[in-house]
Amino acid sequence: AKYISQCIDEIKQELKQDNIAVKANAVCKLTYLQMLGYDISWAAFNIIEVMSASKFTFKRIGYLAASQSFHEGTDVIMLTTNQIRKDLSSPSQYDTGVALTGLSCFVTPDLARDLANDIMTLMSHTKPYIRKKAVLIMYKVFLKYPESLRPAFPRLKEKLEDPDPGVQSAAVNVICELARRNPKNYLSLAPLFFKLMTSSTNNWVLIKIIKLFGALTPLEPRLGKKLIEPLTNLIHSVVLTTVLPGLSVAVLISLSSGMPNHSASIQVLTWLWRLSAVKYLGLLAMSKILKTHPKSVQSHKDLILQCLDDKDESIRLRALDLLYGMVSKKNLMEIVKKLMTHVDKAEGTTYRDELLTKIIDICSQSNYQYITNFEWYISILVELTRLEGTRHGHLIAAQMLDVAIRVKAIRKFAVSQMSALLDSAHLLASSTQRNGICEVLYAAAWICGEFSEHLQEPHHTLEAMLRPKVTTLPGHIQAVYVQNVVKLYANILQQKEQAGEAEGAQAVTQLMVDRLPQFVQSADLEVQERASCILQLVKHIQKLQAKDVPVAEEVSALFAGELNPVAPKAQKKVPVPEGLDLDAWINEPLSDSESEDERPRAVFHEEEQRRPKHRPSEADEEELARRREARKQEQANNPFYIKSSPSPQKRYQDTPGVEHIPVVQIDLSVPLKVPGLPMSDQYVRLEEERRHRQKLEKDKRRKKRKEKEKKGKRRHSSLPTESDEDIAPAQQVDIVTEEMPENALPSDEDDKDPNDPYRALDIDLDKPLADSEKLPVQKHRNAETSKSPEKDVPVVEKKSKKPKKKEKKHKEKERDKEKKREKEKKKSPKHKKKKHKKEKEERTKGKKKSKKQPLGSEEAAGEPVQNGAAEEEPLPVRGTSAPPPRTCDIRGSLQEDSQVTVAIVLENRSSSILKGMELSVLDSLNARMARPQGSSVHDGVPVPFQLPPGVSNEAQYVFTIQSIVMAQKLKGTLSFIAKNDEGATHEKLDFRLHFSCSSYLTTTPCYSDAFAKLLESGDLSMSSVKVDGIRMSFQNLLAKICFHHHFSVVERVDSCASMYSRSIQGHHICLLVKKGENSVSVDGKCSDSTLLSNLLEEMKATLAKC
Amino acid sequence: MQFMLLFSRQGKLRLQKWYVPLSDKEKKKITRELVQTVLARKPKMCSFLEWRDLKIVYKRYASLYFCCAIEDQDNELITLEIIHRYVELLDKYFGSVCELDIIFNFEKAYFILDEFLLGGEVQETSKKNVLKAIEQADLLQEKTETMYHSKIFIGFKKAY
Repeated sequence: AKYISQCIDEIKQELKQDNIAVKANAVCKLTYLQMLGYDISWAAFNIIEVMSASKFTFKRIGYLAASQSFHEGTDVIMLTTNQIRKDLSSPSQYDTGVALTGLSCFVTPDLARDLANDIMTLMSHTKPYIRKKAVLIMYKVFLKYPESLRPAFPRLKEKLEDPDPGVQSAAVNVICELARRNPKNYLSLAPLFFKLMTSSTNNWVLIKIIKLFGALTPLEPRLGKKLIEPLTNLIHSVVLTTVLPGLSVAVLISLSSGMPNHSASIQVLTWLWRLSAVKYLGLLAMSKILKTHPKSVQSHKDLILQCLDDKDESIRLRALDLLYGMVSKKNLMEIVKKLMTHVDKAEGTTYRDELLTKIIDICSQSNYQYITNFEWYISILVELTRLEGTRHGHLIAAQMLDVAIRVKAIRKFAVSQMSALLDSAHLLASSTQRNGICEVLYAAAWICGEFSEHLQEPHHTLEAMLRPKVTTLPGHIQAVYVQNVVKLYANILQQKEQAGEAEGAQAVTQLMVDRLPQFVQSADLEVQERASCILQLVKHIQKLQAKDVPVAEEVSALFAGELNPVAPKAQKKVPVPEGLDLDAWINEPLSDSESEDERPRAVFHEEEQRRPKHRPSEADEEELARRREARKQEQANNPFYIKSSPSPQKRYQDTPGVEHIPVVQIDLSVPLKVPGLPMSDQYVRLEEERRHRQKLEKDKRRKKRKEKEKKGKRRHSSLPTESDEDIAPAQQVDIVTEEMPENALPSDEDDKDPNDPYRALDIDLDKPLADSEKLPVQKHRNAETSKSPEKDVPVVEKKSKKPKKKEKKHKEKERDKEKKREKEKKKSPKHKKKKHKKEKEERTKGKKKSKKQPLGSEEAAGEPVQNGAAEEEPLPVRGTSAPPPRTCDIRGSLQEDSQVTVAIVLENRSSSILKGMELSVLDSLNARMARPQGSSVHDGVPVPFQLPPGVSNEAQYVFTIQSIVMAQKLKGTLSFIAKNDEGATHEKLDFRLHFSCSSYLTTTPCYSDAFAKLLESGDLSMSSVKVDGIRMSFQNLLAKICFHHHFSVVERVDSCASMYSRSIQGHHICLLVKKGENSVSVDGKCSDSTLLSNLLEEMKATLAKC
Repeated sequence: MQFMLLFSRQGKLRLQKWYVPLSDKEKKKITRELVQTVLARKPKMCSFLEWRDLKIVYKRYASLYFCCAIEDQDNELITLEIIHRYVELLDKYFGSVCELDIIFNFEKAYFILDEFLLGGEVQETSKKNVLKAIEQADLLQEKTETMYHSKIFIGFKKAY
């Protein structure tokens, strides 16, 4: 240690130096020390320094140290964000690689959020080395920052078909892990994986894929069937190549999908059991199989029981798990007996506890379905209480209570056992580790009290419960003791009174009065309260007894009523009555000062007064009655006390089948009450005898061919073999189903754990991305971003105005108001039969539907280009076999100062289904397509829908334009998969987007005075154009300009008009249009001369067509 | 995979890699506990054990224990295979690897592991590719190192 601290001092010195090499070396040393368990968090900053070294050597060491020592709590981690980003975009693949590797170890939600975008870009890096790492790290990022899953998913899907096997396997890995959390989303990928599975030769990938299918098959049963063949092939080949992982997984899956070949695989498994490592897996696999095919495993019971003797604990535990599923009525006793011997032998409390819980689990599973003899079960439970130092006392206690309440016939026996337990309570309580097991006394006391009528020697038990030793028990147990003492007392009182032993009754009362004070002094409040309350009651009874008033009736009436088990969910299922608001305050919450001042004092007073004071005795009779009444009332109102109104679920004894089973006869031959604590073994013997006898009886019966008085089920069960059903339970098993409130809602919603870290990944990937979900982009703080929210407002206003105006105005004018400018119809070569189409047509945004009809006619007419903004491009067809016909209408609309929305209407005119459409546009310097976060320039943007034949749909894309003074043309490609009966083909369609200058203009109304001022201001440049040969009326001419170029008329005088418009970037454009004889001249003034001249050019083109 | 530990028969930790962020304290506790339980097991016992809610897969190579913690649904045998593959890689890289190799070149051992596993998932299944990546990175490292040395040398000369 001394040496180490010396070393650390040395390292600290080295870290102070400027030389990066020395520093790196020091950090390297630190990393080693960290492994040896020394704290190096103080050096976090130095580590970052080394990380940011420019040399790979040092960077490598820095990242290593970081990945080893950083964790989410490291505060300097925020400092690394930029460094990592820089390294990620480094030209050297190894720099990037090392950064990714490091990041994988210490990614935090913040880092994940900030870097998700960069990593996504890296997913399409040119080097497979980086792609692979980026894909894998995405999984980590998804875990930390689930919002990134949706935007990244398409990219991830792409990577499944990556040419590089490493990347492919990484993608498979990630999707497999994701699918484990929420397989539903990935169902659509199944065909892809299926292809991969059949084609891949990489065992590692295969295993992952099979695992993935394992997650998917439960959701899609058809998949299971499809998988049978390749899987069986795989199993065989894999067994030969002895790659065991493949085997085990394959087997697991094959079984979960319910394949017929499971018996074969089990054989393989048992054969493999000879090896120890595989034994464990064999058991594991078995337990999986058990869930689907319980029968097939049961035959291996012996093998599994052998495993219980194994030295290795994990094997034993696995085997235990298996046993759980293997029990039946027949072998339950045998198995439990075996387990009991293990309990005795087992060393180590954890294993023993495990055994104990397993025994109880096994016995109690599905409503005690397999227990035929509950006496045996009770004695097992009692035996279990004798285990030392188990933590599961409460479990046993719960079982005892449960059985005693639900199995009526066993109560007598249970009570006798419990009283014996209470008698020997000192044994349990005095044992050094009384940690858990004294819980049993809780159950014992309660059972004895509640079912006191079954007690043989109630007096004896009463005394046992009043022993001074009891006060050493934990509080809650004492409380139960006190309560049940009274129940017992009430019972004894009644007995004595019926027998007319007034003396005896008084003696019991005296006993109570003598012993109860010890509880009154208890430190536990609950005990104290109950004890003092009861003490007063008993004292009062004593007085009455002295006057020879019969009191027993009254006292026992206190405890009338039967308890029914209540299903754990019952409370939840009680429907909230109408008009009841559980969240509302019943009383206004007291203000702090009030409650602090008054409350405690009041409580104190009350308590002090009450204890020494006797209750006014004359009121007692009434009070008792009142209390009784109140209790009944309460029960009536209490949804859990359904006693008086028979609930539909209560099955009690009205099932004839169970009732008529001849049970008693066997029990008669055996003394029911086994003295002391009986050994469960006896019961095993008894049970066997019983069964034997039953069998003999049955045989006899069969021989005589006489159908006897047996009713119900028995009659049908005279089969030669003794099946499970034949074993009649020894007791009248009265398994009460748990009660539910009558109007319980049948919903069985599984509440998911809200803390489940993977739940966040439970995202529906099929939904289109919402804007809010886009990953935050690292933005420069420039004016644009800060302005944009403000800019939104006017746009919205404009939109809302639109509909009103439309109503009033002429259609032409409506068009003016619309923002939409641009449209383009793509001509597309068609399927062989189909004709060529080439027309464009315009549509206004708001009137999409109504204008659809004109579309058809216009197309047929082959109308020429109407709009200067639109451009016609013959499309070269790349796909040879079946170029899928479609039209694209491209309409741009302006929204913000630098953004243009282009709505593309895609219409499928072919007979095939088009899917997987992706639009990729080649960005220019000036215009860029806004893509989902993280995708690079070369990636396509998916079209969020599929197109069945003849259907059209509209997709909108946003483009960012920097300068609007020039017209733009963007080249783009639409790629898609056309699928028809003959198969699927991948096709491409090239198109061009034309952004004309006019499309940047927004129609803005302007008044003549403002217009005049604008012209006067003089800072507008001027230009003019003249077009000859126009015969169109001036009215139409203006309408055309308005429509195509988004101008509005300011003033019109004869054949002269002034017009105005504004660009999205705020340029004013003023026009003076004059119509001459055969010509039109347009004079324009604009704050930007380039824009103006371009605009006029466009206008000229439009006018020339008139 | 949650984490990977390498420790000697004496219980000395030789390498640790955590794929889940934990505080140092917890890491230490887990390590101590695991080293104890694994070392206590007899050679004939199977190489899987359940521990807390994880499964531990370990294997002994000479004097070193390789120990991985995986989640419930993960496959044990494939983890065993991963361990073996890692050992093979170390073996190839160092040329019949021994404990001392890992002690003295622990950062190399980490680099190899990083090339092979990333974030607890297998990154590259091909031995060749992993080694190639490591070699190239080493080459790069050496180059920068020699450049660095030569720079010092030049500076040295200039000083004269």
